This record gives sequence, structure tokens and C-alpha cells, in this order.
Amino acid sequence: MLRDEPTLTPLAGCTDLYVALNFGTLKDTRFLDLWRLDRLRKIELRGGALSIGALATFTDLIRSTLVRKRLPMLAAAARDVGGVQIQNRGTIGGNVANASPAGDTLPVLAAADAVVVLQQAGGIRRVPFDGFYTGYRQTVRRPGELIVGIEIPPVRGRQFFRKVGTRAAQAISKIVMAGILGPATGSGRTARIALGSVAPTVVRVPRTEAALASGASIEAVQRTLMEEIAPIDDLRSTAEYRRRVAANLLARFVCGASRG
Amino acid sequence: MRFTLNGKRARLDVHPMKRLLDVLREDCGFTGTKEGCGEGECGACTILIEGMPVNSCLVPAAHADGARVTTIEGLDGRHPLQRAFVDHGGAQCGICTPGMIMAAVALGRKPTLEQIRVGLAGNLCRCTGYSAIYRSIRRAR
Repeated sequence: MLRDEPTLTPLAGCTDLYVALNFGTLKDTRFLDLWRLDRLRKIELRGGALSIGALATFTDLIRSTLVRKRLPMLAAAARDVGGVQIQNRGTIGGNVANASPAGDTLPVLAAADAVVVLQQAGGIRRVPFDGFYTGYRQTVRRPGELIVGIEIPPVRGRQFFRKVGTRAAQAISKIVMAGILGPATGSGRTARIALGSVAPTVVRVPRTEAALASGASIEAVQRTLMEEIAPIDDLRSTAEYRRRVAANLLARFVCGASRG
Repeated sequence: MRFTLNGKRARLDVHPMKRLLDVLREDCGFTGTKEGCGEGECGACTILIEGMPVNSCLVPAAHADGARVTTIEGLDGRHPLQRAFVDHGGAQCGICTPGMIMAAVALGRKPTLEQIRVGLAGNLCRCTGYSAIYRSIRRAR
């Protein structure tokens, strides 16, 4: 169907789509309903990677022993999405496709070097998460392609996830951060860090990661992070607040994690 | 669409993208389910699909096809939670109440305070300050 009419808008849990429909900001009138494609709801190990079907709901992620064991920060992120009603309907594929810079699971997937699996009538291609977003609400997904799954290679190191919003549930994040703290290398620590709500897309912060690996002081790494991100003032928060909180979360991530 | 609504089979001819909330209120005449925000923030429109709470303002009618749907009317006014909300001041203006009760029904019997807090995190009340709601749920039997 998508091959014959590539402009069809895919829908599944509808938790983002109906907000836009109800408020008249989405003008699309023709949709492709994926909700009942149970084949795309599986969470399994495949070739060493954690393979999550695009239709896995946040509730599925929270309940999955595989996710809790292999990628607990993803279960933590899923718990912070909306309330139970949203978790029962919202899907990881939808979170990725919606391409909001504030998407709760996106920093987790970015930090974990996830791969987005895209399928069209002609075949499958895999896009590293780092290259999936090209700008605000823009992705490399082509018309006629569907996000069918997410693959996450094995993660070594301590995982961290924290969302800061007006309240724990429902609120869209002011800032959201995920990190994986690897083993010490020389004097520094290897780390993979990603943030949401601080730039037009979810971002990795390679300069901050390099500063951590070089063994710089936590204060110096915090300064690097505050320069590296590009938050804005908007209705949820201010750029200044977001920079400060990002630095605080970084300290909590690095110092808290190194204690254990 | 065909579905089971509050234990009875229903058959309707509606647009597949019509909000389930509107189908219930307009086509089925079950106005107990309320619309609050219309964007999945407030939980006033909470119903159960296959026993799981969802915001009916964000569900297309097509997704209820073949499913078991329960609204506040399905509790027949006799559910212990309904009695407890009355007895313990869990309802004031009442707009959030059906959604609160449906979310609470999904928690099963004797939920802990933490389970109630998490289970009702997606339901907003502007009257009671939540304490009375939590108390109502804890004392329901």
C-alpha cells in the first residue's frame, strides 16, 4: 500500500498523531494503520543485538525482562513517558518517527548507538541513530519507508537516564539525558552521552565525551557540555536553566555512577 | 465496526478515524466518559480496552473494532470504587471522576499507595488535591 501511495501517514498508538489532529495542526487525511501488525511488536535478541519491533509500546518495554536486563535506561525512559494510558498506546517506533527533540526514549537510543531499521517494498536498510535526524522534526526516512524496528548492540558500562520536567508524569521534558559510563581509560572515563530538549534534534555530545575520556576535571567537562549544547528559551524552560541542569545531570551521572 | 461495549455486543457504522471518545458519547450515548484536554494530558476520557486504560480522545474508532471496551457505565454504579469515591470525598466537580475510577479499576484489588500514584499519574484533578482520591481507592472494598 505504501509503495502505491507513499504519502500515506503511518499510524500506530496515535498518542502524538491525535494531538495534532485534534488541534487541527495535522492536515493529512489518508493514513496507514499499523496498530495490529503484531509481528512488529516483538522484543528479542537477534545476532547479539536487542531487537525491538517498532510497535512495542512503552508498557511492553517496561515489562520486558530483556529490556530491563540489557537496557534498563530504556525501561526507565519508558516509565517517564506520559501516564499509564499513554504508555499503553505509545510505541517506540512512533517516538522515533515523531522526531520531537524532547522524545523521551531518543537520548537512550542515541547513547546506545541504536540502529533504525527501515523497510519499504524493495527491501530493508539500517540507519545509525546518529544519522537518522537531519533537523528539527526531520529524518532520513523516505516516503514509502516504514520504521519497522530498532536494534541496539550490547551495551557495556553503567547506564543513566534522567528526565527533568514540570512533574514526573505527563510533562514534556525541559531536558532529558541518557548516558553510558564505560571503563576508565588512562586517567579518564569513556562515556556516551545524549541529550534531548537542548537542540533541534536529540544530540550526542562528542566534545563532552572526549573531555571526559581525557581525564579533565568534572568542572571542565561541565563547561564543555554547557558550550556544546544549543538550548533555546521556550514555553517549557529557558536556555540558561537547561544549560545549568545539563551540567548538574552530567555531574550526577559521572560522580554518582563512579561511586558504585 | 463491531466491538463489545460494557459486556454487550455493539455494531456501528462510523468513520474509522473518529475519536473513540466521540463514538462512545455521540453514537453510543454513553456520556459518562468526559473530554478534558483532548490531548492525552488529563486522563478524563480514560476507558479500558481489553482491560488496559487508554485515553479515548487519542484512539481511532478503528482500534476498538473487535475489542472489549469498558466505560464508567460498565461499572453499573455499583462498583466498590464508585461507592468509595462518594463516601470519602474522592469526587468534587466530577469531571475527572470517571477517568480516575477507570484508571483505578485497572489497578485491581488492594493496590499500594505507590501503585495508585503511578497508575493515576496520567489523571489530573483540579479540585481534590488527590489525597481524597487516593484515600477513596485505598478504602474501596
